[in-house]
Amino acid sequence: MPKLTINGQAVEVPAGTNLIEAARKVGVEVPHYCYHPALSIAGQCRLCMVDIEKTPRPTIACNTPASDGMVVWTETDRVKETRKSIMEFHLINHPLDCPVCDQAGECWLQIYYMRYGLYDPRMRDEKVHKPKAVPLGPHVMLDAERCILCSRCVRFCDEVTGTGELGIFHRGDDSEIGLFPGKELVNKYSGNVVDICPVGALTDRDFRFAVRVWYLDSTASICPGCARGCNIEVHVNRRRPHHNEGRRVARLKPRFNADVNRWWICDDGRYGFTFVDDKTRLVAPSSREDGAVSDATWEEAIAAIVGALGRFAPAEIGVFASPKMANEDLWALRRVLEQCGIRRVAFRVPPPVPGDEDTLLIRSDKNPNSRGAELLGLDGDGAAILRAACVRQVKCLWVFGHDLLASAWDPAETDAALRALSLLIFIGTNSNATSERAQWVLPAAAWVEREGTYTNFEGRVQRFRQAVEPLGQALPEWDILGRVLQALGAEVGAPRAERWFRELTSGVPAFGGMSYQAIGDTGAVLNAPSAGQPRSEPASRTPLR
Amino acid sequence: MTAEKLLTRNFDRADSHTLRAYLETGGYTAWQKAQTLEPAAITEEVKQSNLRGLGGAGFPTGTKWSFVPKNHTGPVYLVINADEGEPGTFKDRYLLERDPHALIEGMLIAARAIRSPTGFVYIRGEYVEPWRRFSAAVGEAYDAGYLGRGFDVVVHRGAGAYICGEETGLISSLEGKKGWPKLKPPFPAIKGAFGAPTIVNNVETIAHVPHIINRGAAWFASLGTKTQGGTRMYSVSGRVTRPGVYEASVAITLRRIIEDLGGGVTGNGRLKAVVPGGSSAAILRADEIDVTADVDGLRNAGTMAGSAGVIVMDETVSIPEALMVVARFYAHESCGQCTPCRESTGWIYKMVRRIVEGRGQKDDLDTILDVARRGAGTTICAFYDGAVGPYISYIEKFRAEFEALIPK
Repeated sequence: MPKLTINGQAVEVPAGTNLIEAARKVGVEVPHYCYHPALSIAGQCRLCMVDIEKTPRPTIACNTPASDGMVVWTETDRVKETRKSIMEFHLINHPLDCPVCDQAGECWLQIYYMRYGLYDPRMRDEKVHKPKAVPLGPHVMLDAERCILCSRCVRFCDEVTGTGELGIFHRGDDSEIGLFPGKELVNKYSGNVVDICPVGALTDRDFRFAVRVWYLDSTASICPGCARGCNIEVHVNRRRPHHNEGRRVARLKPRFNADVNRWWICDDGRYGFTFVDDKTRLVAPSSREDGAVSDATWEEAIAAIVGALGRFAPAEIGVFASPKMANEDLWALRRVLEQCGIRRVAFRVPPPVPGDEDTLLIRSDKNPNSRGAELLGLDGDGAAILRAACVRQVKCLWVFGHDLLASAWDPAETDAALRALSLLIFIGTNSNATSERAQWVLPAAAWVEREGTYTNFEGRVQRFRQAVEPLGQALPEWDILGRVLQALGAEVGAPRAERWFRELTSGVPAFGGMSYQAIGDTGAVLNAPSAGQPRSEPASRTPLR
Repeated sequence: MTAEKLLTRNFDRADSHTLRAYLETGGYTAWQKAQTLEPAAITEEVKQSNLRGLGGAGFPTGTKWSFVPKNHTGPVYLVINADEGEPGTFKDRYLLERDPHALIEGMLIAARAIRSPTGFVYIRGEYVEPWRRFSAAVGEAYDAGYLGRGFDVVVHRGAGAYICGEETGLISSLEGKKGWPKLKPPFPAIKGAFGAPTIVNNVETIAHVPHIINRGAAWFASLGTKTQGGTRMYSVSGRVTRPGVYEASVAITLRRIIEDLGGGVTGNGRLKAVVPGGSSAAILRADEIDVTADVDGLRNAGTMAGSAGVIVMDETVSIPEALMVVARFYAHESCGQCTPCRESTGWIYKMVRRIVEGRGQKDDLDTILDVARRGAGTTICAFYDGAVGPYISYIEKFRAEFEALIPK
């Protein structure tokens, strides 16, 4: 472990650590554009110059491994002058179109100019003109004039996805990022190039011109798109609702977690949030009688559910829990099932086509909490429940979120099962073909509208937090179920997700000792691997590249 | 002081490129001798000879060879830089065309010294005839059994980018990538072509090696100056009576190159300036040419021997126009990888052009000088420093000429 000093502070770092990372360790920022810890060293932007004693001139920090006894200075006059020069070089041909650039406000040209540039511009010649507003693929737009040719996007596609769509073409100041002939930026992680682009060259087509970034609020969350549970930030626009056609969630961004997703998320996850502000959102409890739908109050809805739970024998009630529900919801559901003695429960509904999977992040299980549902003992034979409904052994069906009619199960048989029911209760965020059949439909809050935890396929329990208010009268499932429990006469504490989680940790040994605080921003791993769980995913995780 | 000719000794024979002609003039005897020497002994001999790289950097050749890790187990590659792209330089094409076996024999010896099983010869794409001649010679050498017995030669044609003459740009290009120079460290001798230790030498440098082995390091060293041995081929161009390639001792002065070898200045007959080492070398005024044209002599004169491309300008030549041509070249050939070089070569060209076109502004000259100085030494390779040589020297030495073009 080499020991060195940076700006007079001693630091010891693992062998091979470069000077940017070593400096970070002592809280010193070395400005850079092309360096990214996940990518190979390019050394192209020349901004990360530092002074190393006994070295004749400033040296790039990204390509210099820390070595024993090294004495590094990052703020000498020479370094400051060099940075200023490099900033000028980066900006002479830049269009300076910040007022119409989506990157403005989170642009490293702006940030570093203000920190390290502040020179008077001397460029009075015609700038180099390059293609603008070039779609590279479904999600990414290129403005070649704004590009500083750091090559991060090129290296991302070469080294992380291995798809190699992008290259740098031409030479000198004609150089530009572009697609290889016949290629399109359609890999499953294409949105990440927007994140790693330090400037406004690559922008997100979904986010372009939607809202200025300084109006966004950020909340730490977890992607609900598959069993990986990638850590994300939810960026919401509450301050300028007119800027985004009423869409509250402006975008999702990956949040670094070394053990889960590192810097990345897939495009399906990144753009998978549209259901939150969709027209199909359920916003009030409603009941349907003889085809006529009428809104109801939560009191009426809860009373109807409790009534049904009493009216039907426990064996006549079937429940489809959802692996999209949080651990807290599933625990509350388990309490209800135990209270009523209901045994017919399942949570897996096979999708019509198997989910895609790869070795980077994407899991074929498109649910964030299958592992949690397993651990809470909600695994059962869903097809058997439907068969029982067909023969009227099950008369009341309670469905959380699923569209049973859009599953791999035979639609005719499912349809027959639903027709045979006396009562169908649906709780979910959005309407679907199954909810259209329900006599009672109760609106659930979407994941960004509430807090909770998911257990990913590796057994990591991770918290997601509330970013926006629930739409209409929607409530978290744990809240709905808590109200049911209370109406059933059970003891229910304060209506807070954390309380349900605490109860869960004492009820399920795998979660024993966990707390919201301990889970924090990066998650906590279950106590004992749940050996013996019949259909659990393998605990060994696919290494990230 | 037109010393004995080594490299160009056979150039007058019409069949000088054939194996027969090469053998008749003592060809491949050095290779026979080298096979009796230990690799380290060959390297040592080359070190003692004071042979310095003749492609441009002037690095001591034997020292470069000694950088190959001793205990390396995988392959080591010898790469010959025949990309000759430095404006004003046209010597290697003659060697490839007229004495290709000298390069092959030199490669055999160098490969033994660095224990390389494979040599790559990277030939500039525009050099069609040199490529044909050299390829034919490689065929002859295989047929005669010089090649293919422990050492193979691969001939690779470039596609016309100046930057592919930079040793690591050349390696990238050879590897099938865009010809971008690589970050150093690692240096090529540690990790070069295809990840293996690699020695990159210029054609002319390697063509000298058989002579060193045959006649000894001391003899070779005695041909030149204290710090550089042997002869080299000066490409003399511009306003001289007899432009062409001339072999001379590296101890020759610039004046003698221009007056004796080149036959004196044409145009109005009065010398204005000389670029002594290819376009990247700083320009010298007429009163600065009494210096030896070796690596250190020209370095002490504030310029460089570079590729020994001597570009002569008489008094009728416009220095601002000359700089515009040079600046356009560097703007066009910058690979675009490093920001300072990519952005400022284009910017400086625009400024110089504006001045030449009579649209200059008072502070343009100082801006050019400041930009050039700020960018110098900040890039991956030496390309930009090469461009800075002319930017600064043309303006500093002929400032009045530039100022005269700027409207008051």
